[in-house]
Amino acid sequence: MSFLKKSPWIIHYDGTSCNGCDIEVLACLTPLYDVERFGVVNTGNPKHADILLITGSVNEQNKDVVWQIFNQMPNPKVVVAVGICATSGGIFAECYNVMGGVDKIIPVDVYVPGCAARPESIIDGVVKAVEILEEKRAAMTKKRKMAKVRRVSGPVSLSNMF
Amino acid sequence: MSKRTIVPFGPQHPVLPEPIHLDLVLEDEKVVEAIPSIGFVHRGLEKLVEKKEFTEYVYVAERICGICSFMHGMGYCQAVENIMGIKIPERAEYLRTLWAELSRIHSHLLWLGLLADAFGFESLFMHCWKLREQILDVFESTTGGRVIFSVCKIGGVRKDIDQDTLKGIVAVIDKMQKELKELTDVFIEDYSVKHRLVGVGVLTKQEAHEVGAVGPMMRASGINQDMRKLGYAAYKYLDFEPVVENDGDCYARTLVRIREIYQSMDLIRQCAAKMPEGEIEEKFKGMPSGERFERLEQPRGEVIYYVKANGTKFLDRVRVRTPTFTNVPALLKILQGCDLADVPMMVLTIDPCISCTER
Repeated sequence: MSFLKKSPWIIHYDGTSCNGCDIEVLACLTPLYDVERFGVVNTGNPKHADILLITGSVNEQNKDVVWQIFNQMPNPKVVVAVGICATSGGIFAECYNVMGGVDKIIPVDVYVPGCAARPESIIDGVVKAVEILEEKRAAMTKKRKMAKVRRVSGPVSLSNMF
Repeated sequence: MSKRTIVPFGPQHPVLPEPIHLDLVLEDEKVVEAIPSIGFVHRGLEKLVEKKEFTEYVYVAERICGICSFMHGMGYCQAVENIMGIKIPERAEYLRTLWAELSRIHSHLLWLGLLADAFGFESLFMHCWKLREQILDVFESTTGGRVIFSVCKIGGVRKDIDQDTLKGIVAVIDKMQKELKELTDVFIEDYSVKHRLVGVGVLTKQEAHEVGAVGPMMRASGINQDMRKLGYAAYKYLDFEPVVENDGDCYARTLVRIREIYQSMDLIRQCAAKMPEGEIEEKFKGMPSGERFERLEQPRGEVIYYVKANGTKFLDRVRVRTPTFTNVPALLKILQGCDLADVPMMVLTIDPCISCTER
């Protein structure tokens, strides 16, 4: 799984964002910033994604959607909260239909502040996310090896053959 | 009659940058009915007027939508200024118009890109967004922000543009116009692009009138109405005619927006040439009292601001009727009877801005 280090795929979900951060996320993918040259691809499918970028905060209506997208992503996965709304609710924190930052629903690994977050800082956030992804992957590999050692030394069963 | 199937579309979907959910009722490949469900982006920011002072609320108004952010701030400021009877300096009016027209170019280019992406022409999408960055650079150099730039305030604007920078902006526009020509020729003349757009999603003049479509959606169906003709800001000093097409299909809507980009470029040149010297803001005292409807033309159509003030620093009510909200019935109309494969494009041709719609 070492290709993750080279080409993380991202999925973008717009919570209650005002579009400011959304179009900056899209601007990262277009020629001026062009993160695709680093292998970062925007995918629409949670099952293909390694990094979840969320813009905007969560509310009663979209919290299930956020939770589902997060759960459908395969491990290891990293969540990046883009913009101040996703971090804490920002200027809308006092609104009746805003629950606050995305971390109320799912665990967030990287926070990218800003209103709207600049493409440079979003890219910086994704670079940090790749490091965390690597750490998570290493931890997973270690765990799998440990389990394998235990299995081999244990009684023979069908699952040992794989 | 064949069996009916319901296909859910959204809220998370590859062609949608924003969450909207449609239940599409299908008979084979044809859409019979589309049932929208919204509320994914609802924040309830109209109620924030009770917590933020009327001068602070400009920042909230600008964050209703990140694409037409400047015009939201401008609409709110105009409404409050009209209640308080503030006459802003002429230079401030011109500066507002300049930024508003730059926003229109950036919004339309963004939309052209997304449309190209929706019919699977990715390199065209990239080209549109590449051109758009030049406008964002102008925003950054004149206001400091790329998409949200809080430069509008009650009584005028925060920042001035000096004469050299104005010349620079016109130079950028001139240079851009040549590059834009190459790009828009693809939209207008390319065989495969036309194949996806011509005759798709027709909204007749009568239907557009009945469902109350606004903006480019309405003008593409042959109704000549443009709120800029009301003469707010500096539009009363400028010379322009609303862009109208008659076919009412996706191609006509694309043409209207393409022609509006050129129109905005022309308006920017006029602004730069006619801009008078002088102050950029009017000092004011006191609190607003009274109510006001303010109508503006945004890239997506007409936006209405209703502001009710009671003489204290907190307003009673702010109501925003945004263009996409008004265009959703038109979208449901054109979705009836279209192919499933055309749905992403139909959704895009109303230029949806969901965060405006739900606020």
